[in-house]
Formats: sequence, C-alpha cells, structure tokens
Amino acid sequence: MAIYLTKESKVLVQGMTGGEGMKHTRRMLAAGTNVVGGVNPRKAGRTVDFDERAVPVFGTVGEGIAQTGADVSVVFVPPAFAKAAVIEAADAGIGLAVVITEGIPVHDSVALTTYAQDQGTRVIGPNCPGLITPGQSNAGIIPADITKPGRIGLVSKSGTLTYQLMYELRDIGFSTCVGIGGDPVIGTTHIDCLAAFQDDPDTELIVLIGEIGGDAEERAAAYIRDHVTKPVVGYIAGFTAPEGKTMGHAGAIVSGSSGTATAKKQALEAAGVRVGSTPTETARLVLARLEEQR
Amino acid sequence: MDLYEHQARELFEEHGILVPRAEVTDSAKQARESARRLGGRVVVKAQVKTGGRGKAGGVKLAADPAAAELAARQILGMDIKGHRVGKVMLAQPVDIATEFYVSYVLDRAAGRFLAIASAEGGMEIEEVAASRPEAVARVHIDPAEGVTSAKAGEIAEAAGLPPQTVDVLVRLWEVLVREDAVLVEVNPLVRTKQGQILALDGKVTLDDNAAFRQARWSTEGEAHDDPLEAAAAAKGLNYVKLDGEVGIIGNGAGLVMSTLDVVAGCGARPANFLDIGGGASAQIMADGLSVILSDPAVKSVFVNVFGGITACDAVADGIVQALDTVRLTKPLVVRLDGNNAARGRAILDAHAHPLVQQATTMDGAARQAAQLATSA
Repeated sequence: MAIYLTKESKVLVQGMTGGEGMKHTRRMLAAGTNVVGGVNPRKAGRTVDFDERAVPVFGTVGEGIAQTGADVSVVFVPPAFAKAAVIEAADAGIGLAVVITEGIPVHDSVALTTYAQDQGTRVIGPNCPGLITPGQSNAGIIPADITKPGRIGLVSKSGTLTYQLMYELRDIGFSTCVGIGGDPVIGTTHIDCLAAFQDDPDTELIVLIGEIGGDAEERAAAYIRDHVTKPVVGYIAGFTAPEGKTMGHAGAIVSGSSGTATAKKQALEAAGVRVGSTPTETARLVLARLEEQR
Repeated sequence: MDLYEHQARELFEEHGILVPRAEVTDSAKQARESARRLGGRVVVKAQVKTGGRGKAGGVKLAADPAAAELAARQILGMDIKGHRVGKVMLAQPVDIATEFYVSYVLDRAAGRFLAIASAEGGMEIEEVAASRPEAVARVHIDPAEGVTSAKAGEIAEAAGLPPQTVDVLVRLWEVLVREDAVLVEVNPLVRTKQGQILALDGKVTLDDNAAFRQARWSTEGEAHDDPLEAAAAAKGLNYVKLDGEVGIIGNGAGLVMSTLDVVAGCGARPANFLDIGGGASAQIMADGLSVILSDPAVKSVFVNVFGGITACDAVADGIVQALDTVRLTKPLVVRLDGNNAARGRAILDAHAHPLVQQATTMDGAARQAAQLATSA
C-alpha cells in the first residue's frame, strides 16, 4: 500500500520543460514513477524524450487528465505562476498536487491551499521536496536511491533531514516518506500524514521530523496522544538556532506556544513519542522500537 | 522584512487611514526644525525594529523645538536591545480618549489570516489575551472574500469597537493585501477627544517571498549590523552569525539547524549558521569557507554534507577546488554521507590536506570539531 502515492499513480509535471522540471522528471522516471505528461501551454502537442521514454506535453492540466487519466501533478513552475498552476490543477479535478516551488508569496499560498481544499484536491507543500513510496513512485525531488521499500512511514518539514533518516534506516526501508515543507502555510500537515500512516497496513512505525517555528508539532503531539496507536519516533531541529523573526505581538497569541524546539520535544514526549537528540540517535530509537515490537 | 514605524505610518496614510502628522530625521538639528513645523510640542520616537523602546527611554515628549532637539540628541545613537537608533520620528501629540488594538496576522495552523481586535488597546495585548481572553476578538478571513464592510462590522462588533473603526479595518486589510504583508498591527488605534479614529503606532511585516512584485521596499534591503553577515549577504550566502567557536557549513536548513544542535550537545558553541543548499558547488563552498575563516572567533570548521541529488564525490571535488582558492588557516572536519560517500571520502583522502580530517558520522564529526575548537 503506502500513502498518497503508489505505482498506480499517474503523474503530470507542471513546468516539466523548464530546467528543474526536466532534471527531476528524468530522475522521477528513473525511480519508476509513471510520468504520463508535462503541462506547458506554449509547448502543447510536443513530446520530450527522456532516455527511452517520450513524454507528451499538454496545453492544460485538464487536457492531460482527459488524455491520460492522471491523478497527481508535480508543480515546478516559478513562484509568480504557482498559484494559477495549482488552481488550474484543482479545477481540472486532480487528486494530489505536489508543489515543489520555493518562494511563493504567503498570500498566494493561503489562496491556493484554501482553493484546492474546497475543490477536494490535496496539496503537499509548497516549498517541499515531495513524497516517495520507495520501489513504486517518486513525486518530487527526493533522491530515490538512498533507501529501499520497507515498513517505516516518515513525515518531515525538512528535506535534507528526511534524506539523512532515509539513509540511516535504509536497511529497514520505508513505506512512504512525505516532505511537507517548512513554509508557514502548507497544504498537508504532520497530522494529515499521521492519520494516513495510522490507517496504512504497510506502515509499522512512524518517524516525525519537525523544526522550530509555529506549533504544528505541538498539535501533532496532541493528535498522536488521542488517535495514533502505532509507535512514533520523533526528531526536532533548532534547539540552538537563533531566534527568528517574530510575528509581532500577534504571533504568540495565534500559536499559543513559543514555537521553541524544547516546547515541541516536551509536547511529543508527553504524548509517548520517543525523541532523539541527533538524527543518528533517532535512527537508533527506531531500531530499538522495532525490536520491541517483535 | 519588518518596516520601521515611520514606514508603516506612511503606508497607512497612503491607504487613507488617519495618522498623526509626523516627520523623520537622522539629525538633532533637523529635529528642531521638524518640531517647529509640527507646531512646537512633539513626541520624539526612536525608529528601531524592536519592541520596548518606551521603557528603554526611546520615546520622549518635548514641549518645544529646543526640547525636541535635545530629546533627539539623546535618542539618536542609543542602543535599544542591540539595535542602534539611526532615525527619530517627530509626531504631533494626540488627545487620546480611548485606545484599541487591531491586527491582521497569519494563522499558520488555520492557513488563513486572522483579525485580532480588542477594545483594550495600548498595553501588551498578550497580557490582555492571557488574563481576559473574552476581551480579544479573533475572526478568520476567507482569502477569496477578504475584509468587506460587512466582515469589518463583524470584527468591530465582536471586539466591542465603535462603528467608526469599520472603515479602518477595511483599509488595513487593503494594506495587508496590496503590500503583501504577513502582519499589520495598529497598537494603539485611538479615538481622539475630537472623535477621530487615528493609527498612533503600527507594525508592518512584509513577505520577503513577494519582493519580486513589490519593488518599492525590496531596494532598501535589510541592513546587516554584523560585518560577516554583510560579507556573506554580498556573496548571496544564507549565513547567520552566532556567538561560538565552531564554524558550520551544511546543506539544507533542517540539517544545518540539526548540526548546530549536535555541536552544542558536544559542549562547544556553533559560530554560525550557513546553508549552502543542495548543489554544494566549489564556488559556494569557497565563498562559505572564506567568510567563516575570516571570523576571528572560529577555532575549527565543520562541513556537514548529505549527498542526495548532488552525490558526495561531486561535493568532495567542490571542497578540493575550494581549498585551492581559499587558504585554510583552521582545522576542517568533513563529514560526507549519502550517495557515493566512499568515493567522496577517497577524493579527500587523496588530497591529503594537513588541516583536513574526516569523520564517517555526524555525531563523531561534531565531537572532533568541538574538541579542536575547545583545545585550540
């Protein structure tokens, strides 16, 4: 099984013909992803050759869906056009939009996530590395060859920390790894992924990686306490990071939390989550927890 | 990017929100002239991007132009929580009848903007929210609809604000949207004894991601007080100066934050945050090394790279090339992990630089770098 993405997923790439789009479409294909098309209104009707596979370019997401039955879109378009791209994909009825684009204005992120939600489209990101179900499909920029299929589900705000844990636990392997992105406004949260992993029969243990800022980890901790019966191991980055920009007086009121790494770690531990002090120790905690399961 | 109070005031005024008459200057002599133009009696306010300036002596009431010059002289150059005061704003005093609080702020959890309003403004809103939460109204804003007069009426009513504030709430939302702000806050919003609604003090935080479509403020840029941060910014590096002795280079913000934590856990203090991103090319490695090595506090450097999309052999080639252009003066601990890690390590071994040592794990490398820094 896995969550959100399987070998059955048919993937469109919005912005496939750009530099990043080309590079990562090639990598996605190599990882086994069923990339069924690209979208670019100015290059509609052409095909792009990736080694042994020719991928058609459609003028719109709607056209791509009609021709191929695509259900996932990976978005590489520049920040100024990302909002329109996601709205187009949602209007066309795509089930999952994975927004890799970094640097999208917050007002656009608010608009695109709200709009997609109303249309029934799941957004992952923006500013995220995407998600991978090892051995089946890879939607985004996560390196596919550092791990293998297995029983751990992983959800993370950070790209490289995801890769680090995928690599440290490569002998166990992963069901699905989701990089949800570290932007203030994101479509899919830690909680969404926890719920999906809890229901996924292929996932035996969940790794949750967080970092300073906001209160997503605190809310995830409360969710784990009330709804997750599978073991969860956590890691939080940013204990010694300098205090970032505060959102004025209003910020602390909204989150109801200081957003510090310590507060997040304590909240997770109070919910029964073991939290590693380094990525390596986190990997060891995962191994120990899996041993106990036996 | 946070705006100064006088910039926020200017934005409010442009969007039709009443503000006190005011002028800004960096000179005490000019302050005297400004006070004269403003009618003699003025409030002199330090322009710094931090709170608590009143308590720090950064706000003074001056009875006449001579007193305004004196006050400006005292405030200019003052240090308020590490921020040097470069400018003062002189504003006409206002006869306050009532003080309110209004803001629009991003609610990350909801993924929407939130209006926060209270009839009890002027003081620390956090304290009001903590002690009397019922006195603070919170209303989420639908991004597609924005703040219409009807919505503003709803906010005002929920907070117990007078009907005259409805127009200000609508205009303040326009400031937020048109300027691509992530926070606009007016504290206090006042009703004067003459019955006018006036924004007396404001805070605006702009969205850095929107700089491409908001040319007006982006040209100003952020001033870097720290010379190393300024040098790094000039090279386009994502660098933050810290107070320690272990220089840090890594790829990916999460991994670099994690690296700081691991070094701190080994009993040393990180000297900086530096994220060189996924590519880790020779040029960016050289730029990063040269900034870190020019920091006199640095005793050792820890390069922590995970080879994902860019494999470790390419990263190792980059380090070797960087060492050709930058003269290494302090010990360097390199930890390469991920794709082609063995090949990457072999490249560095073959280069055999006397000041470069390798570690196979992140925790081990942090210990080595910490030991080198604390024993130096």
